[in-house]
Amino acid sequence: MEDNFRGMKNAIEADQVVKAFGAVHAVDSLTLQVREGEIYGLVGPDGAGKTTTMRLLCGALAPTSGRIAVAGWEVPRQVEQARAQIGYLPQRFSLYEELTVLENLRFFAEIRSLTGTDWLPRSREILDFVGLGEFAGRRAGQLSGGMKQKLGLAAALVHRPRVLLLDEPTTGVDPATRQSFWQLIIRLVSEGRLSVLVSTPYMDEAGRCNRVGFMQTGRLVVEGPPGVLRDILADRILEVIGRPLRPLRDAVRTDPDVEDAQMFGDRLHLRTRAGTRATVCDRVREIAMEKQFTVERIRPIPAGLEDVFISLLEAKP
Amino acid sequence: MNPVVRTDTLTKRFGDFTAVDGVSFAVPPGEVMGFLGPNGSGKTTTIRMLLGLLQPTSGSAEVLGFDIRKNPEQIRERVGYVSQKFALYADLTVEENLQFYAGVYGVADRGRIREMLDLVGLEPFSRELVGGLSTGWRQRLALATAIVHDPKLFFLDEPTSGVDPTARRAFWDLIYRLVEHGTTALVTTHYMDEAEYCGRVGIMSGGRLLALDSPGALKRDALPGRAWDVLAEPLLPALAALGACPGIVRVGLAGDHLRAITPPGMEAGVLLGCLEREGVAVDRVEPAEPTLEDVFLSLTAQPSPNP
Repeated sequence: MEDNFRGMKNAIEADQVVKAFGAVHAVDSLTLQVREGEIYGLVGPDGAGKTTTMRLLCGALAPTSGRIAVAGWEVPRQVEQARAQIGYLPQRFSLYEELTVLENLRFFAEIRSLTGTDWLPRSREILDFVGLGEFAGRRAGQLSGGMKQKLGLAAALVHRPRVLLLDEPTTGVDPATRQSFWQLIIRLVSEGRLSVLVSTPYMDEAGRCNRVGFMQTGRLVVEGPPGVLRDILADRILEVIGRPLRPLRDAVRTDPDVEDAQMFGDRLHLRTRAGTRATVCDRVREIAMEKQFTVERIRPIPAGLEDVFISLLEAKP
Repeated sequence: MNPVVRTDTLTKRFGDFTAVDGVSFAVPPGEVMGFLGPNGSGKTTTIRMLLGLLQPTSGSAEVLGFDIRKNPEQIRERVGYVSQKFALYADLTVEENLQFYAGVYGVADRGRIREMLDLVGLEPFSRELVGGLSTGWRQRLALATAIVHDPKLFFLDEPTSGVDPTARRAFWDLIYRLVEHGTTALVTTHYMDEAEYCGRVGIMSGGRLLALDSPGALKRDALPGRAWDVLAEPLLPALAALGACPGIVRVGLAGDHLRAITPPGMEAGVLLGCLEREGVAVDRVEPAEPTLEDVFLSLTAQPSPNP
């Protein structure tokens, strides 16, 4: 796998980057590479430093120490050249509610130095791409939440950037819009030389990235393709459907080989110590019988990214 | 046991627009039922009718044994409601916010406020201003204010939007503790990660309840066929080739591969044939465990415009 990327330039390079706010290191010796043409997902608890990382990469914040390069340009030393290649969609972005969709895009095109003849065809093209073509004349204040999100994406893309930074782009967006948003992002990456760094609190979204990095206390703790991250907990997860569920969970939690027992609606996910899944499976039945609980179904299941996320958080306080 | 919520062909029209279209379901005590659906699918309108805030056009519903048409006040006194834009006072402390809502609901017992602080884990922050709390803690306080009067039923509107998986998990553990003693919760959500926590999930689209079952059963039984991961290059021609494949339920981009849903009888060979006819190089076509998103997208998929 590594060989395929040898010799390729990275879209984003961060080397030993520190950002201190007083005594707090919001980003602490972060080393991160996003390859050309990949979608890299950044996950981690609130306060892990994901948003600060995005701000450092686009030059909105200066690092305390360390080196950053985006699309081959050093940030902050060559921030103007870098910014010409960066599209940034922050968590909260501003649109001019009194202006139309097209007028908003014209504004973003002009501050991004698109020429007087170029902005209009480019704006039309990008509006069609995000599905807002027929709403070009509507005031931004009259758009639904999902449409505003798409206009934000269009504004971030209007100057044809090669690197896209998306900070929790789908928070508060309905599932149909979320799906079409992701279809757009993947399509852009598949079509050309766009690279994407996206932060998300949702593991189903992280699962769509080529690689996922788990951040905690300002550092990258683990990274890899979603399948490789799930393999961290290969052969470790059991699904149990039974009743009454919470007392059953409390009972199986006391088993020394059960590292974690999480309720999900009508079922439990048990994370077992490595090599103990089969024996735990038998013991859960025994525990249930002893306490006169019902186990309707118990089966080994593949780990999800959420299981991995929780286990990483527990491992490194 | 009598259901806490029971609706019978509940319908709401606004002019020509049918927001909720003949929805029938029942929720037993102690259940956490989720509604998953896009904006405009009728989730919120349904909840507003159940809260007695909107009169149905036709059909009926009972909440805690009260008719939503005849006794909306009795219902509103007995339920709790946590909105995604919770009405907390940023310049009051945690405890003052709780005192305020206790007053609104006529709860005189000061011990109840201590109990709530303890339940949601905000005891150590009781004198902190709400403006300084993280989103996760605010969500817990919003829950506490909504249940200070000990309702038998509470509504949660996208309760953990934008919080990380650990905070989400802590919040849901709290909900499970509440429902264990017979309290019932109705939850609306936009997120599959959150729907997974519900005992049963109702999938809504176009005002209709398309499916209602546990997340596990939905994944097992509600998918109109089978799920596949298709690894093929280049991706966009592969997407186009499968999109044109006759009979396919849906196909979408899933990062570095495609996700396809096929009708029950369709085998991998059919997908391979469609891809190879268009000259797409196929690495693998493998059966996949269905996700809640597969179910949601397949059930809400628009019928294909192609014949």
